[in-house]
Amino acid sequence: MTDAEVLVVGGGSTGCGIARDLAMRGVDVTLVEKGNLTNGTTGRMHGLLHSGARYAVSDQPSASECIEENRVLRDIASHCVEMTGGQFVQLEGDDDEYFEEKLKGCRECGIPADVLTAEEAREEEPYLSKDVKRSIRVPDGAIDPFRLCVANAASAQEHGARIETHTEVTDVLLDESDDEVRGLEVRHDSGPGKHEHGRAGETEKITAEYVVNATGAWAGQIGEMAGVDVEVRPSKGVMVVMNCRQVDTVINHCRPKGDADIVVPHETTAILGTTDEEVSDPEDYPEEQWEVDMMIDQLSKLVPILQEARTVRSFWGVRPLYEPPGTGTTDPTDITRDYFLLDHEERDGLSSFTSIVGGKFTTYRMMAEEISDHVCEQLGVSAECQTADEPLPGSEDFSVLRDYMDEFGLRSPVGRRSVQRLGSRADDVLKTGEPNPVLCDCEAVTRAEVRDAIDQSGTDLNAVRIRTRASMGNCQGGFCCHRMANELFPEYDESQAYDALDELFEERWKGERHALWGEQLSQAALNYALHATTMNRDRPLKGEDTDFAAFDSGVETEIPEPVADERGERGD
Amino acid sequence: MAIEDDVTVVGGGLAGLTTALSAARAGAQVRLLSHKDSTLRSASGLVDVLGYRPESAAEATAPIVDPFEAISDLPESHPYSKVGESGVRDALALFDEVVGDAYQGSHTDRNALLATHGGEVKPTARYPASAAAGLTSDTREALLVGFETVVDFDAPLVASHLESSGVPFDVRGATVRFPGDFRADAKLTRLADALDSDERVEVREETGSAGYAESLPARQALAEVVKPHLDGAERVGFPALLGQHDPAEVRASLESELGAAVFEVPMGPPSLPGMRLEGKLLGACREAGVRMTTGNPVVGYETAGGTDDDGDRIAAVRVERNGAAIPFHAEQFVLATGGLVGKGIDSNRSGVREPIFDCYVPHPDDRYDWFAAEAFGEHPFARFGVETDDDMRVLDAGGESDFSNLRAAGAVLGGFDFAATKSGAGVSLATGRAAGLAAAREVSE
Repeated sequence: MTDAEVLVVGGGSTGCGIARDLAMRGVDVTLVEKGNLTNGTTGRMHGLLHSGARYAVSDQPSASECIEENRVLRDIASHCVEMTGGQFVQLEGDDDEYFEEKLKGCRECGIPADVLTAEEAREEEPYLSKDVKRSIRVPDGAIDPFRLCVANAASAQEHGARIETHTEVTDVLLDESDDEVRGLEVRHDSGPGKHEHGRAGETEKITAEYVVNATGAWAGQIGEMAGVDVEVRPSKGVMVVMNCRQVDTVINHCRPKGDADIVVPHETTAILGTTDEEVSDPEDYPEEQWEVDMMIDQLSKLVPILQEARTVRSFWGVRPLYEPPGTGTTDPTDITRDYFLLDHEERDGLSSFTSIVGGKFTTYRMMAEEISDHVCEQLGVSAECQTADEPLPGSEDFSVLRDYMDEFGLRSPVGRRSVQRLGSRADDVLKTGEPNPVLCDCEAVTRAEVRDAIDQSGTDLNAVRIRTRASMGNCQGGFCCHRMANELFPEYDESQAYDALDELFEERWKGERHALWGEQLSQAALNYALHATTMNRDRPLKGEDTDFAAFDSGVETEIPEPVADERGERGD
Repeated sequence: MAIEDDVTVVGGGLAGLTTALSAARAGAQVRLLSHKDSTLRSASGLVDVLGYRPESAAEATAPIVDPFEAISDLPESHPYSKVGESGVRDALALFDEVVGDAYQGSHTDRNALLATHGGEVKPTARYPASAAAGLTSDTREALLVGFETVVDFDAPLVASHLESSGVPFDVRGATVRFPGDFRADAKLTRLADALDSDERVEVREETGSAGYAESLPARQALAEVVKPHLDGAERVGFPALLGQHDPAEVRASLESELGAAVFEVPMGPPSLPGMRLEGKLLGACREAGVRMTTGNPVVGYETAGGTDDDGDRIAAVRVERNGAAIPFHAEQFVLATGGLVGKGIDSNRSGVREPIFDCYVPHPDDRYDWFAAEAFGEHPFARFGVETDDDMRVLDAGGESDFSNLRAAGAVLGGFDFAATKSGAGVSLATGRAAGLAAAREVSE
């Protein structure tokens, strides 16, 4: 008897998608992730739901998969998707021939594509440059990768899966002859179970009949523990977050390839992307000023107001690119975006172990289906995949947005945004019977949502952040980090709440540093003043022996006598 | 007719108001120009003089007991070096006189330690009378009361954190519902108004199966909600919302209802103690004859003689109103527009500047050298601001005065980190007074 039938390593979109798929087929599955969900590439992408048009010239099989999955996700993950639509914009001077190729490619791949004149393009997106020549309208969209990933994990749990975050693989367990994987040795940072600051960690050996390595850019590291080579080629890209939506549709620059060619409207923000540069370590690579500057300067040619607009932070992600050994592509932009299922029995003589590498967020479900089919075949499970038809938790009955102003005592835009995030879970989460004040003003996140997220994820406020968007707006947490931490108490103790606050505040600072000029530097100075001056959080008394008696003890004042119990008898 | 004053002060925060008041009391005809709400409305209302030494070493993390004694040890870049200990003392004397019994702390040179709404203990030189019973050097048992919908202050968590910080008194926290049918997103000022006017609020009796509603005056209703938690506490702390206009009366009512001392834990933004302080200072300025022009930004200036030798004197500042730039003439000008927070200092991707007079602001060329890696690291940006001579005249990059009749005061000054050293209010008061007096002196000469 093993502890689990299948162990999945990696809590990104692919890993969570696999866990859900297998759990729905009745397989006993455990997923381990070293950070919180979306910790790797999934949490560091620009949130584009591809129409496929981006690959319609260079990589048509990927383009066809994208449009297919685009339609599936609109259906099963409606509460994570905003169908903004998108344009591929040709500026004066851009290649006509490429524009025609793009249009033809879209049609060949079954991607709906209409040509817009310059006037039509600018009517749809008034901030587009006057240099627009024409554009192609395609069904690109925006998708919240955090919400999607968490919904997959939640669905997997509903179907009996065990999900362990903050759990790092320390070894791959092999049989005596080193030709079969038997499980994993993992280190729970705190736990097992929900993450809790300050709780002792422990090591656990988890045995399984089959192990799936879904760690993306980290796949080589897990492979190495098992003694197999997985040659992922991590490639970094920068994304710059703007303070508001300068565009309401996805704006792509229609040219063969190049950096800084896309703007994705995402919730309250617009995200500029990106670069493509190979790195040797997916966790340790330079994050540089020129990358940020290039996004703003290049994309200002498409959308000129970006030059003057306020940025709130920047972040970098690494693509888990892969190409079969011997392909030898030098430029990472030329490496295929296709995914590969590496059965290590076939490939390396190591059974019960498969890695999945490459691929794109938009096709995560398809990848999960393929690898789940493969694992089920190995295990002799005959159940069919249901993930293309079965809506995710939150997207089940997402019919009409009601008027939440009356129902929840919230200003209606707050109610509307809550319901957009929670989808069909809205009633469950928001109907607490308690007052439900807003904790995060920028993103309109209420106490009930934050508490729901804490119920799911423990003391990790970054996990609360990705579930709710709290602290992700203009103020970057200056006004709400401490409010979020307050909600941890008294379920968790005082020191855990303060540790969690410090951790979230530092995480917000890390990305905000890349946007420190103009309005956002002013905001950073305000946040610093609020937390250091007003709250004195920079100089806590922790563990120090303060001589309180040496300080001002005040002027003696009279303590008033209590009012007599029976009113009216005072003053005699 | 041209607008003509002796002294024009740009900026309506603590520094600008102090400058205007000092200059007006010295006999000058003063105009104060302010654009938006000042940062007083966001800051806690505490008046810090010097809480910590600027070094990053371990000793800098211990609060300073006597701020006046420590002033002479400060590096020369700190604005206190322009005014000296006596300048700080004189400015506080002015402050004490203006605020009267609304503030305490003047009975001693020592700093007071107060609990912040973030649960830490903070050194400060002057504190609102409404916060006085909350001093952490006081050993009386305390109850902290928070409200379900006032999300910045979690009383039980703050109490627990204070205990773990080693405060010399027992402290408990309780979260209650503010009496009455207020919305979950009711503003602090709405709750404060209810206490000010002691309006009647509906109180539902939860006991018994039927339950009935009665209406009580807000202060009494609040006390009734707190009483079950009192359990012998000799003082009770609330988030700073105990009245916007009559805090002393609200406090007195609650004290007599509860039979315990009552205090506010300063908060912000929005900061009721800060708004009350702004009101006091504005009143004093009006009384001293300061003319106020509010609501429009200063967008530029005019020099006396264009390009001739008089070019180093400012003749007027231009205020934008309905699309037109209106000149405000004066003999002397004081810049008190605030720092990065108040937008008296501005920046873009390539540099940092003072936006009205384009004064020199020392800063590293590379914007990635403007900040430290940690959120509470030693941030160069925190020290951004203009430099002055000992007479508060703004200096250019070469150390010469930019304009012979332009001075600066408050957070627009560089060379110190007010957040780390807790010296922001003291600098605004001391440099505001110095700049105001110097400007008035020149007018009379």
